[in-house]
Amino acid sequence: MKHEIVEKNLGLMSVLILLVISGGFLAEIVPLFFIEETNEPVAGLEPLDPLELEGRDIYIREGCHVCHTQMIRPFRAETERYGHYSVAGEFVYDRPFLWGSKRTGPDLARVGGRYSDSWQRMHLYDPRSVVPESNMPAFPWLFEDRVDHTKTAGKLETLQTLGVPYTDEQIEGAAEEVRGEFEIDALVAYLQQLGTVISDKR
Amino acid sequence: MSTFWSIWISVIVLGTIFGCWWLLFATRKSQTTDTETEKTMGHSFDGIEEYDNPLPKWWFYLFVATCIFGLVYLALYPGLGNWQGLLGWTQEKQWEQEVQQAEARYGEIYAQYGSTPIPELSQNGDAMEMGQRLFANNCSVCHGSAGRGSVGFPNLTDDAWLYGGDPDTILETLHNGRQGNMPAKGTMPNMTADQVDQVVNYVLSFSNRAQDEQAAEAGAEVYAQACVACHGADGTGNQALGAPNLTDDSWLYGSTYEWIEETVLYGRQNVMPAQGDRLSDDQIHILAGYVYSLSND
Repeated sequence: MKHEIVEKNLGLMSVLILLVISGGFLAEIVPLFFIEETNEPVAGLEPLDPLELEGRDIYIREGCHVCHTQMIRPFRAETERYGHYSVAGEFVYDRPFLWGSKRTGPDLARVGGRYSDSWQRMHLYDPRSVVPESNMPAFPWLFEDRVDHTKTAGKLETLQTLGVPYTDEQIEGAAEEVRGEFEIDALVAYLQQLGTVISDKR
Repeated sequence: MSTFWSIWISVIVLGTIFGCWWLLFATRKSQTTDTETEKTMGHSFDGIEEYDNPLPKWWFYLFVATCIFGLVYLALYPGLGNWQGLLGWTQEKQWEQEVQQAEARYGEIYAQYGSTPIPELSQNGDAMEMGQRLFANNCSVCHGSAGRGSVGFPNLTDDAWLYGGDPDTILETLHNGRQGNMPAKGTMPNMTADQVDQVVNYVLSFSNRAQDEQAAEAGAEVYAQACVACHGADGTGNQALGAPNLTDDSWLYGSTYEWIEETVLYGRQNVMPAQGDRLSDDQIHILAGYVYSLSND
């Protein structure tokens, strides 16, 4: 083959480039959409309840995922500190997942139940009050603002469309369940369930 | 993974490698020596021409080596669908190996103290250095690096214990955690605002700090209804329930009128997370020794 043919035919070159760069996508990513290992929820995994779901959205809004990962890799150094390594089946209801890629703060994949609710609240109100050397920002407005309950049902419905097994009753009652709740309570509820499906001794 | 996806992945991955291989050889210049010539590609743009030389040999063979490396890698490691690789490597196995090695190396160090009685352990310098590290990693976030606690998190260095400071109780607390719960207005949900004022004064009077003696006197009756079940008639608390002693100067949530009023009005919920699922028995034993040493010098 003459290389000139490729170089001088833009259309052909485009097709070939597309082929080359889609190779990785087709082999590494596409199968994950369909195989069981990545689509079956781990035993005991429940979809987030409405309050936890709102907490998750606050987590995203405040950018927690920018400094905190939710992905424990299978290295001893990580499992010693954070607990059992993360498995794909824990994230099947996460849309989008919040694995993150940079740890300014510690990983939060299994922070659920690790501290008391009141610790979480104090820490979010003023991180330095419990961890003097922390450089985490404070989030005092979460203690004043209420959860926006008007969109909760819509969020559940959307997730249901995407395959998260919410029941119609849950969607119907969602707005009432979170109405008037403080944002801090939603966020703490979300944090306290993180990674609690799998636990094991170090 | 189903056979379909296994084949899908294998075909694409191998196809890509052999495709690169083919491209490499198919577009190779006929001239295969390293000798440079004056021959050009025959095109000229703004007077700029391009020599028609082959790839340097070392470069060309580096490409070839990359393809071979890829194939060898795919033979040894799991990369082609269901193919497990000749080495049988998985990331879980590697993790298990790491953990086993660490267990073999550090497990003994922990185990040598696992059966030492806790009071004796708390006098052992080496064990307490380990305990201090374990405490810093697992406990200091709430109880403070010196174990002095803060509002809502018990001070471990004084001799005031919610649940008891004997070795077995400390072990029990560490293993299973604690759920503290003081209901709002104690066992008297219909307590009036006046009665709240009275009972707060009465509680303050245990440490001779009542702001209003008359109210404190009246508070005795409210206390008998609302608080006595857990905190006891003399206010010394009940360690079986985790009800604090109200007569000493150790206060989990502040000792002023305002703090106590808030506690009475809204109650208090507190949790010590269980560590039994997170730490090994030997580690907890050493930690218990360290916690014991904080208040027993």
